[in-house]
Amino acid sequence: MTPAILDLLQRELVPPDGEASISHRVLVLTVPPAEVLRIARRMASEFRFDLFLDVTAIDWPHRTPRFDVVYHFYSTVHMIRVRLKTRVPEADPTVDSLVSLYGAAHFMERECHDMYGIVFRGNPDLRPILLYEGFVGHPLRKDYRKDQEQPLVPYRT
Amino acid sequence: MTRPELDTRVDTPLPNPVRPAFERGARDESVVVNIGPSHPATHGTIQVIAALDGEKVERVDVHCGYLHRGFEKECEDHTWHNLIPYVDRLNYCSGLINDFAYCEAVETLLGVEITPRCRYLRTLLSEYSRIADHLTCVAASLMELGAMTAFLYLVMIRDYIYEHLADLTGARVTYTYGRIGGLARDLPVGWLKRLAEILDQYEVFVARIHGLMDRNRIFIDRTRDVGVISTADAINWGFTGPILRSTGAPRDLRKDTPYLAYGELDFDVPVGIKGDNYDRYYVRMREMDESVYMIRQLMDMLPEGPLNVDDRRCTLPEKRLVYTEIESLINHFKLIMDGPDVPAGEVYTAHEAPNGELGFYLVSTGGGTPYKFHVRSPSFVHMGGVQRLLEGYQLADIIPTFGSVNMIGGECDR
Repeated sequence: MTPAILDLLQRELVPPDGEASISHRVLVLTVPPAEVLRIARRMASEFRFDLFLDVTAIDWPHRTPRFDVVYHFYSTVHMIRVRLKTRVPEADPTVDSLVSLYGAAHFMERECHDMYGIVFRGNPDLRPILLYEGFVGHPLRKDYRKDQEQPLVPYRT
Repeated sequence: MTRPELDTRVDTPLPNPVRPAFERGARDESVVVNIGPSHPATHGTIQVIAALDGEKVERVDVHCGYLHRGFEKECEDHTWHNLIPYVDRLNYCSGLINDFAYCEAVETLLGVEITPRCRYLRTLLSEYSRIADHLTCVAASLMELGAMTAFLYLVMIRDYIYEHLADLTGARVTYTYGRIGGLARDLPVGWLKRLAEILDQYEVFVARIHGLMDRNRIFIDRTRDVGVISTADAINWGFTGPILRSTGAPRDLRKDTPYLAYGELDFDVPVGIKGDNYDRYYVRMREMDESVYMIRQLMDMLPEGPLNVDDRRCTLPEKRLVYTEIESLINHFKLIMDGPDVPAGEVYTAHEAPNGELGFYLVSTGGGTPYKFHVRSPSFVHMGGVQRLLEGYQLADIIPTFGSVNMIGGECDR
């Protein structure tokens, strides 16, 4: 662990209306959705967070705003991980895409769009990836029933 | 019950599950071909739509998801213990590493520290699984190039390992051997002796593979300078594991963020030079040698002592006590029916799986089931960048390149 870089990140990156904490050895930054691209760009260019690990969402159906979008970054220079979280409302679940910074964001944003319906503004290709064309709904949302079936070809009986 | 009339007309359009990114190639002469999802070289189910200029691949569009089974959705509906058999089936070539990474994530949330014997044994078994996984990958990609003898040699050793792991865990492939706070059972008598024998056999047969393949003209022609990627590109596209290391970057979570007992072990991180198929083959071969070296160290380091932590929140009580005292009976009942009470919080735990960084992102709101379960699977991320390895090479190069990426459908599609 290099605490110096973590302090620096907390000081530099968190906007006035954001939060920062350390949870299980990962620095967690919570920022407004409009800030995601700016902060990710600074992390990639100034702080050498070169590996885009993951993006996913968490659905809190009884909370407003409803979704957390969660990013994980790793720095192959500092060997630390940072989790970036932002909250988006159900009515407009939109965040800026990170495809301009990381190629890996293409596929992972597609998956998150599939599963939660989060719209990544600027990702040119949000076709279904684990699901198929014509699938209705977003299966990892809490209001999608687990036993709901949408077979593409009718079952043989 | 009446059977509905099956529509047998030939002209009935069946719905296409995918929408290709392109209908035609860059030039009028370009041909668009479809490879997979059911094709012997697609390692399960993946579909590659390729625009060809003659034999040269201009552009590819990779579709995964044919093995999607709602893994993450299903996980939100079961207790933490019940998920262990599910995570086994992510990368089914090295199920133990999935088990241990998942268990460590839950243990981090619980604040449980595993016993020394468990820690060393998990490290040993992780490396043993890595050998089995790399053997599978190398064997399959060599066989696809026609090297049947090499395939049989490697798969023979892999089968020794599978049988040996079956002695320990009771299953050949899907082990369900990890437990939250420990392991399912301790080593049987004589297990380490047989392990030493298998490692010796491994060295004999892998030496034969080196003799058969390393300077083999056909093999070199098919793999050298094919599927080349640079370090910067590999990192940008999220590649980890042997693919990243084949480009010359010594990035390995076992060294960079040591977990389990890796901080105490002596081992090297093999890297390639060019990041082509040959380097990926060689990095995997050398990594297996390092794993053998680590296992031999761990066999001497393995301490005696308890295997499971003594923590009633996650460890099942002894069967003898369940049948004789009420506290243990209730404890067992609550752990099975309600699941371990994991405190609220979120955790991201990553292990160096044979294919790259395998991360588990778990969110708990307290209670016996996860609120959110997400897997950062290396194969899925690699499929997002695999077009960089395929475009610009020959159609026939798709097969060795795809083999060297070692896409595992179970963890890619979840």
